[in-house]
Amino acid sequence: MITAGIILAEAAVMAGLNAVQTQSYGPESRGGATRAEVVIADGEIDYPKVTNADVVLVLTSEAYRRYGNKLKQGGLLVADSDLVGEVQAGPYRIVRVPITRIAREELGREIVANIVALGVLAALSQVVPMEALERAVMGRVPKGSEELNRRALRCGEAAGRQAQVKEAHEA
Amino acid sequence: MSQPRLMQGNEACVEGALEAGLQFFAGYPITPSTEIAEMLAERLPRAGGVFIQMEDEIASMAAVIGASLAGMRAMTATSGPGFSLKQENLGYAALTETPCVVVNVQRVGPSTGMPTSPAQGDVMQSRWGTHGDHPVVVLSPSSVMETYVLTAKAFAVADELRVPVILLTDEITGHMRERVVLPDPGTLPRPHRPLEGAAPPDIPPMVHFGEGRRVLVTGLYRDSTGFWSESPEEADRLVRRLAGKVESRQEQLTMVDRWHLDDAQVVVVAYGCVARSAQRAMRLARERGHRVGMLRLACLWPFPGHEIEALAERADRIVVPEMNLGQMVGEVERAVRGRCKVIGYSRVDTELIRPEELLPVLEGV
Amino acid sequence: MEEMRFLRREHLPHIWCVGCGHGIVLGAVIRAMDRAGVDQDRTVVVSGIGCSSRAVGYLNMDALHTTHGRALAFATGVKLARPDLRVAVLAGDGDLAAIGGNHLIHAARRNIGITTVCFNNGIYGMTSGQYSPLTPAGYRTTTSPFGHLERDFDLCRLVQAAGATYVARSTVYHVHQTVTYVERALAHDGFSFVEVFSPCPTYFGRHNRMGDPVTMMKWLHDSAVQAGQAARMTPEELRGRVVLGEFHRTTEVPEYARSYREMIARLAEGGDQGAR
Ligand SMILES: Cc1ncc(C[n+]2csc(CCOP(=O)(O)OP(=O)(O)O)c2C)c(N)n1
Repeated sequence: MITAGIILAEAAVMAGLNAVQTQSYGPESRGGATRAEVVIADGEIDYPKVTNADVVLVLTSEAYRRYGNKLKQGGLLVADSDLVGEVQAGPYRIVRVPITRIAREELGREIVANIVALGVLAALSQVVPMEALERAVMGRVPKGSEELNRRALRCGEAAGRQAQVKEAHEA
Repeated sequence: MSQPRLMQGNEACVEGALEAGLQFFAGYPITPSTEIAEMLAERLPRAGGVFIQMEDEIASMAAVIGASLAGMRAMTATSGPGFSLKQENLGYAALTETPCVVVNVQRVGPSTGMPTSPAQGDVMQSRWGTHGDHPVVVLSPSSVMETYVLTAKAFAVADELRVPVILLTDEITGHMRERVVLPDPGTLPRPHRPLEGAAPPDIPPMVHFGEGRRVLVTGLYRDSTGFWSESPEEADRLVRRLAGKVESRQEQLTMVDRWHLDDAQVVVVAYGCVARSAQRAMRLARERGHRVGMLRLACLWPFPGHEIEALAERADRIVVPEMNLGQMVGEVERAVRGRCKVIGYSRVDTELIRPEELLPVLEGV
Repeated sequence: MEEMRFLRREHLPHIWCVGCGHGIVLGAVIRAMDRAGVDQDRTVVVSGIGCSSRAVGYLNMDALHTTHGRALAFATGVKLARPDLRVAVLAGDGDLAAIGGNHLIHAARRNIGITTVCFNNGIYGMTSGQYSPLTPAGYRTTTSPFGHLERDFDLCRLVQAAGATYVARSTVYHVHQTVTYVERALAHDGFSFVEVFSPCPTYFGRHNRMGDPVTMMKWLHDSAVQAGQAARMTPEELRGRVVLGEFHRTTEVPEYARSYREMIARLAEGGDQGAR
């Protein structure tokens, strides 16, 4: 998730915006509970942490339990529909997308779930232009995995769009 | 100017150091400073410089001093436990007037604590960590861009004054990624060491090993020839000159940001990552009609006591938020000497102080 | 007397006690330097803290008198910054084997081109006679008043196992042998190590009924056995004896500072993409 946060912030910078990315993680450098925070603005950013989030993305119930309450009124909660259990209704938008399943089944690699998530997030929130996001992804992923990650981003974007349509139907 | 890019604080430290002409790095891995070592392991030899991972932080500090005396611009980077281990040799660098830069990306303490979490608990250690009276310059950035600028500045000061300079950052500033626009390469002035004929009266010219000068560098007190000496007069002269080197240049070394100090009834004094929280809190308080101003310290030592004194004459209250149980606040109190109220605000639960929690302190409720 | 050019004569007399062996070691070092053709403008001598460490102050060349135990770490920085300079470390047994033990094994492991001479008096001289890692079992010091219970290091075997590429031991009684070993160590390209037994009548002697210098010299003489002879002796016969000789010498391991320069040159040619 930290990589996804970095990519999102980088995309914002590429799009001419200002961005700060911070993180917190346990003693393990991989796995374990991690949190990436990104602040994007037109102007100067003083406090670098997220206080009232416009968007919260959670892939596990544990993450939801810890960070769900960071969401502000009218914000957007994106949750993995398979891995995050019950979420509390409230004065915010909730979108559920099977992010990890898409990575596993459509792309054959669970490891790209974070890139799928970025696609979903960008499609639903428009915080950064898709073009800048794609450039940022290409700049950060290991050589040889560009095609896989490009597809992951596209799948995520499509899933985000689809969820949006479904949302409109239900409304 | 280069393109805007997203950069990590530790990466900015590496870029700033290389821009300042870093040639030698010795270190020992420790979170949250390790990125600096890893990046330099790759970058330095490519630039013709030397990187070595020593057997511990004591050895790293020693190797840095050795390399500096042999003519290379040298640096090490560490965090709390490693910073403690470096202290004896840091004092050696101060006494022998060996230019070097020590980066301390602060994490919690004492001991191992929660090793990946931020704190500002090494403020006093950075000033008084080694034994004895000694000169030291401590710079503390609040952003990624400033990490770049102050790292380069650290080398300039180290070389010019022949002192160890400590870059005191923290886990937040070191690991944070931010948009930066670096100046074009080659635009920063190159640091230079005082040379014979061009050295100020209180700083001896730098002579390096291998120049045929047959110098003796010793951690013992020395006389004017450089040989060890047990003369009380020589001892007094040496210790006072060393401390005076930095103290007498306090104004020149002071780096602060001043915001709304003209009308401020309440002044926040902050540094490092917490300055970012304080800045937001100040803005929020002003929006709500409170006359709050702020002094941000980018150079912690030498401490700008006169500036604080002047503020104390005008303000009702000075608030010092820190991620420790109150270190800088003591120094502020010393300068204020009762002229106004001084209030410390501490957080030691590993979380960055939030602007909202500072509001009531600033607004006096 | 050519070797006298290596001394800062204006700073003599030295600080060492009557009967101390450290001056003899220093004398052997300058003679070896003379024989090895050492250029005193291209040599840096490095030491830590201790009686022995003062030796570098009397040498007329670049000298770095550092903190207790850390000489090799400082010297590593010097050698890596200026591989073209000759670097030698003069250090006490406490300096090298106790507080600086870690630096010793790592300098040996890297095979960095530093010549190390250990002034082994089996005791902490500077702090007035406490036991060191080279105090033999059974002997008395101020901190082992009832006889030392710990075993001492075989420092030569230690550094050899750690990777040193020249290893030898002598005593100040066997001064010609010492000069030869130090000369070879100086000429050696890699980490070279010479341990020299040096009497400390003031502390080691006084606590062990050998207070006068001559008795201590005789003790050195009596306990020394040359390696060739030792090879024919039983462990029983060797108990309490000190084996002298050249134990190890190889030129097959590359010197570290040079390897680093070679890597820099390779990178300058664009040879290596690195790990990432
Ligand atoms: C960090 C530190 N610990 C302890 C000391 C005190 N000290 C100075 S010299 C020394 C031991 C000296 O013994 P050795 O290295 O064998 O040299 P010698 O004096 O016997 O030649 C000690 C313990 C010190 N200077 N620094």
